[in-house]
Amino acid sequence: MSRSEIMNAPVLEARNVSKTFVTGSHEVKALDTLNLSASKGECLAIVGESGSGKTTFANMLLGIYPPTTGEFFLDGMLLPARRNLVLRRTIQLVQQNPLSSLNPRRTVGASLRLALDVHSIGDRPGRSLRVGALLEEVGLPAEYAQRYPSALSGGQRQRIAIARALACEPEILVLDEPTSALDVLVQARVLRLLDELRHRRNLTYVFISHDLAVVRNIADCVAVFERGKLVEQARTQNLFSNPAHAYTRSLISAIPIVTDEEDELRRTMMEPRHAH
Amino acid sequence: MSKPILSIDDLKLTFKIYGNQVDVLHGISLHIAHGEKVALVGESGSGKSVTARIILGLLQELTAARISGSLQFEGVDLEKLSRRDRRALRGTRMSMIFQDPTSSLNPVYPINTQFYDVLRRGNAKISVKDARMRALSLLEDVSIPEPERVLDSYSFQMSGGMNQRVMIAMALANEPSLLIADEPGTALDVTVQAQTLHLMRDLVERRGTSVLFISHNLGVVREFADRVYVIYRGRIVEQAPTRELFHNPGHAYTKALMAAVPRITGGGIPDLPADNKHFEDPMVDRFREDVQ
Repeated sequence: MSRSEIMNAPVLEARNVSKTFVTGSHEVKALDTLNLSASKGECLAIVGESGSGKTTFANMLLGIYPPTTGEFFLDGMLLPARRNLVLRRTIQLVQQNPLSSLNPRRTVGASLRLALDVHSIGDRPGRSLRVGALLEEVGLPAEYAQRYPSALSGGQRQRIAIARALACEPEILVLDEPTSALDVLVQARVLRLLDELRHRRNLTYVFISHDLAVVRNIADCVAVFERGKLVEQARTQNLFSNPAHAYTRSLISAIPIVTDEEDELRRTMMEPRHAH
Repeated sequence: MSKPILSIDDLKLTFKIYGNQVDVLHGISLHIAHGEKVALVGESGSGKSVTARIILGLLQELTAARISGSLQFEGVDLEKLSRRDRRALRGTRMSMIFQDPTSSLNPVYPINTQFYDVLRRGNAKISVKDARMRALSLLEDVSIPEPERVLDSYSFQMSGGMNQRVMIAMALANEPSLLIADEPGTALDVTVQAQTLHLMRDLVERRGTSVLFISHNLGVVREFADRVYVIYRGRIVEQAPTRELFHNPGHAYTKALMAAVPRITGGGIPDLPADNKHFEDPMVDRFREDVQ
């Protein structure tokens, strides 16, 4: 039995969530009656191509804008459209491009410190120590607090973005394409860090990605979005050994792969199944 | 074997910025045979894109760039050509596809106008009507369903995948002998990327165009290229035929790159050793050519 099955109560739930954007007389249904849940300590991946509604989902979960219909629940409690400080602290975001999500005029230390100040975490003198501890937790030396984001590499900046999210001691981390701007070697290290942090802090991840190969190796379960609709949801292993939806199969078959074993998996996956 | 279309020998590049010298390329050598699809793969900052820009002669315009080494294209020493002759090669004998198709196309003019400009580079006397006919057939070659409509559209009216097909059609319009593709699918969704690459591969194979394919994505390289050069910090660290490279990577850096790619068969996220002193090891050359 896996750890996620033991802790089965969903920490996060979306019930019948829809979002329609209206521009003039034009209506765009970005998300259509979506039902999703994630258990405590689990990594739920949301995959799909651009325009599938992944980021719309994340934005509503974070309370940036409300759903047109439907609700989100956190630990069984309804999440209101307007979030108070405590709720905002509970769900944190790591964006794709750390260069645009970190303030270039603030040192790394000041960015982390701000998160601690806003949410009054720890006592004032203790906060500088906490900044150092956060940096070390994401694998950077504490002295980096003095640096500006421009003096860091892409991977280091993303570590800072992760540390800033962790500063708020969240329960849920929304990761919106956290490694797609990184080189493959750096990506592997950041993904490993994310995996370690999740286990150490018992965090729940909502991991948004278009890269199914990454998702295969980090997520416990996967939700596949296509043009605002949830077309398939499964445990990661099942999704890859037996994808049910044609769109999922086309996504898996389009990933550039590097080994013959993967070719083989794809071949068996694509074979038409006779029995239903 | 025939003479290579392109051969680069000991190419070095240094940028001089505010009195500081930054060495970008430390003497790279590579060659591309007739009709061969060669990939140059490496991480950001390794020198992939500057190499492409030097071949096209774009970087030479920069006063901060110090370039040495030899570049032979179709048997001609590129550095000996006048600027005018060199300019005449671009878009005719050698052409390039960039990463982001939508920003490579001019949003102010419809596709038709831009196609005409491209075709006029190859044939200055081509009539507007002939150019349109030719553009239509080129767009059909890249499987664009309604070429008439696309020709009269602007780039912002079309999807990224459609724009990239238009770019491919334009790049091949004057039947270049060398196509340089710099991360051609990176800005596209995976399914669109896969389609576009297949299409491009079929097209260049049919026409016998040589390709220098620049990418950071090993999976894409595996699907597309015949032979691969791996570049790390301005040095080529390994070259091998694609199959051989993927079955049996020789250099420590290539091995690390390969290990870092997540697999759809699972296996978790690789634990890469922090130590990378072997990345600077001498080049592993596993290309055996019958030079007669």
